[in-house]
Amino acid sequence: MARMNMVQALNSAMDVMLGRDPRVVILGEDIGFFGGVFRVTDGLQRKYGEHRVLDTPIAEGGIIAAAIGMGVNGLKPVAEIQFADYIYPGFDQVVSELARLRYRSAGEFHAPVTIRTPCGGGIRGGQTHSQSPEAIFTHVCGIKVVMPSNPYDAKGLLISAIEDDDPVVFFEPKRIYNGPFDGDPNKPAVPWSSHPRGEVPDGHYIVPIGRAGIVREGNDVTVLAYGTMVHVAEAAVRSLGIDAEIVDVRTMAPLDVDTVCTSVSKTGRCVVVHEATGFGGYGAELVATVQEQCFWSLEAPVLRVTGWDTPYPHAFEWEYFPGQARIAAALRQVLETQ
Amino acid sequence: MIPRSRLHVPAPPARPGQEPDFSYVQISPAGAVNRPDVTASVRDIEPLSLEMVRVLGDDHRAVGPWNPHLEPGELQVGLRHMLLTRLFDDRMQRIQRQGRISFYMKSTGEEAVGVAGGMALEPGDMLFPSYRQQGLHVVRGRNLVELMCQCLSNTHDMCKGRQMPIMYHWGRGNIFTISGNLATQFPQAVGWAMAAAIKGEDRLAASWIGEGSSAEADFHYAMTFAAVYQAPVILNLVNNQWAISTFQGFAGGEHRTFAQRGPGYGIPGIRVDGNDFLAVYAVTQWAAQRARQSGGATLIEQVTYRAGAHSTSDDPSRYRPKEEWRAWPLGDPIERLKQHLIALGEWSDARHTALEKELEAHVGACWKEAESYGTLTSGPFLDPLTMFEDVFKEMPPNLVRQREQMRELREATAAAPHISPAVQGG
Repeated sequence: MARMNMVQALNSAMDVMLGRDPRVVILGEDIGFFGGVFRVTDGLQRKYGEHRVLDTPIAEGGIIAAAIGMGVNGLKPVAEIQFADYIYPGFDQVVSELARLRYRSAGEFHAPVTIRTPCGGGIRGGQTHSQSPEAIFTHVCGIKVVMPSNPYDAKGLLISAIEDDDPVVFFEPKRIYNGPFDGDPNKPAVPWSSHPRGEVPDGHYIVPIGRAGIVREGNDVTVLAYGTMVHVAEAAVRSLGIDAEIVDVRTMAPLDVDTVCTSVSKTGRCVVVHEATGFGGYGAELVATVQEQCFWSLEAPVLRVTGWDTPYPHAFEWEYFPGQARIAAALRQVLETQ
Repeated sequence: MIPRSRLHVPAPPARPGQEPDFSYVQISPAGAVNRPDVTASVRDIEPLSLEMVRVLGDDHRAVGPWNPHLEPGELQVGLRHMLLTRLFDDRMQRIQRQGRISFYMKSTGEEAVGVAGGMALEPGDMLFPSYRQQGLHVVRGRNLVELMCQCLSNTHDMCKGRQMPIMYHWGRGNIFTISGNLATQFPQAVGWAMAAAIKGEDRLAASWIGEGSSAEADFHYAMTFAAVYQAPVILNLVNNQWAISTFQGFAGGEHRTFAQRGPGYGIPGIRVDGNDFLAVYAVTQWAAQRARQSGGATLIEQVTYRAGAHSTSDDPSRYRPKEEWRAWPLGDPIERLKQHLIALGEWSDARHTALEKELEAHVGACWKEAESYGTLTSGPFLDPLTMFEDVFKEMPPNLVRQREQMRELREATAAAPHISPAVQGG
C-alpha cells in the first residue's frame, strides 16, 4: 500500500499494465518524453521505451484511428486525449469505428482501445478546457464509459479498462487529480494523503466496470453522483447533517442499475448530481431508470443538480459549477416533500 | 475598378449533352517514366508524382523500366480475376435491379486497382479497402457465395444482417471491415502498420480511398502519422474522376495531382495508370519492397475512371455525359490486359469468350447457392435476437433485458398472429 494522488494512481495502473502485458502501448500528445501535461504518464517512456510509450502529432482523430489500427493488429492501446474538450476531432473514429467494429464484423474484428481523457472544470479552463462530455459517449452503443472519483478506483478501473476487450472511454476529473475537492474554491486544497481512498496498492488489482460504489450509507435520500461531484455531494450532506446514501455511479455505461435502484427503493428519495450541462445529460438517464424501476418507492420527485445549459464560462466558473449550496437546496426540497 | 476577391467554383470539363473532354488528364507515354531504386530519397522521387507510370503501350507491348516481367500464367490469372470481378458486379447489379438485394456498387473500369494491387502483395499483408475494391476478395480466393450472402443479409451473411450490401470483411483473408463513413480506414491502416513495426513483423498494411474522400481529415491524419513514424503502409488514392456527382476538382485536383500531396508530407507520391494492370502491379510491388525495407509509406494515385454509376442509387446521366466513359483515354483494364496477352501469343478471342462463359456460369451457380440460404423477402431468415450480440464481447445487463423483451414480444406475436409485429412495436 502507498499513498497516491489520482495522477500517481493512474500512472501506477499503466506502469503495472505495461509491465505485465507486452501488448499494452500508450500514445498521445506530450505523453512520452515529457510525461503528459498533467504528468499522468511521467517516467513511463523512460522505463518502457519509445515503442511502447509514443508521443504523437497533435491530431486527436489520428490518435484514435491509429489506436484502432493497433488494436486490430493485436495491441492494447491506451490513448490519451489531452483534454476531453479536444476529443471531438476523433468523434467519428470513436462512434462509427471503435464502437462498431465488433458489431459490424460480427465479432471478427475488434479494437480493445482505452481512451483516457481529463474532464471537468474548476481549474479556470474556460469553455474549452472544462467540459464533461460523458453523455455524448454513453449515448453510443458499443463503448464503455467510466469516471472515477478517487485514486483507488482510478487505478482499479483503469486496469479493468485496459484489460477489457471492448473499448472504454475513461474520464479523469482533473479538479480532483491532486486531492478531493468539496466545491469551495476558497478553502485550502486538501491532499489525497488525508483521504482513505488515497491508500492504493502498488501492484495489480481491479475495480470492475459495471459496478457502482457506495460512498456513504444512509436512509433518508439517495444521491447519485460521479467524479468530482461525489465529494461536493458529500460536503453538502455533511453540512445538512442528513442521513443520505451517496452512490458513486463510477461506471456510466454499463450502469449498475441494481445498486442504484436498491438504494432508491430503500430511501424513497433521490437527487442526481453531475457537473455537465443538464439538458439531455446523463442525469436524465439516471432519473428515467429510477422512475421506471423505483416509481412505487418514491416519496418525492427526483431532482437533478447539474451545470447550467450554457458553455462553461471562464470568469463565472463558480457560478456555473454545481456547488454545495445548489446540492443542499435540492436535498432539502426532496426531503421536505411529503 | 476596385479589386475584389472572387469565389472559384470548379466546373467539370463536360456536362450532359456536351462532348467529353479529358484533356486535363496528363498522360506520360508508356515506358517513359524512370524507376528509382526503392531506397531512393523522397526528394529524388518527386517527379513520379507529376508523371504517370505506364507499362502497356498502344501496341499492347510491355515496355520500360517498370515492366514487372510477369509470367504469362500470372497475367492470365490477373485477367481471370478482373473478369470475374466484372461479371460478379454485373450480375449483382442486375439482381439489385430485380429488387432481390437492396443496393450494390460496381467497380467497373477500376478492376485493375484492386486485382493488380492485391496480387502484388503477400497474403499476410493487411488490406483496408474502401467499397470499390471487391477485386481484393477475388484475388485472395474468397468464395463469391459469401459475398453474395452478405449482400442478401441471409443466414450465411458474414455480417449477420448488420451491414448494407458490399460492406464485406474477411478476418482469415486479412481484409478489414468496410465502413460507410469514408476515409476512416486510411489512418487505421497506418495504426495497423505502426503496430506491425512495433512488433517487428514483416507484414505491411495497404489501404484504398477515393479522391473524393481524400478531402476528409482522415487522409491528413493518415499521411501525417505515416510520415512521422515511417509506417510500413501503402496508401492508395483511387482517382476515378467522380465522387458521386462532383468531379475530382472538388477534392482539390484542379491545380495539383493527388500524388503530389505525398512529397508535401515527406512520402513518395507515385501517379500510375490505374487501368494498366502491369503498371499498378509494378508500382505496388515497388512500394511494398520499400516498406519492407523500413523505407516507410508510399502514396499511390491510381488514375482511373468510374465507368459505372456511383451505386445503384445513382444516375450519372444527370451530371456527366452519358458516353463519357468511351472517351476515357486510359481505356479498359480488362481489354488492355487481354490485348497484351494476345500480343504475347498467350491468349485469343476464343479463349476469352470461353473464359467469360465459364465465369458467368460460375457466378450463376454461386448465386443459386447463395439464394438457397435466404433472401430479405424469403426464408430462411436470420434470428432477429442476434442483433443484440457483438455490441460488446459479453452482453451487458441492459442488452440482456432488451433481448428478453424482444423475445417475449415475438412469442406474443407468434401466439396472436392477427396483430402485426409493426403494430406491437417489435
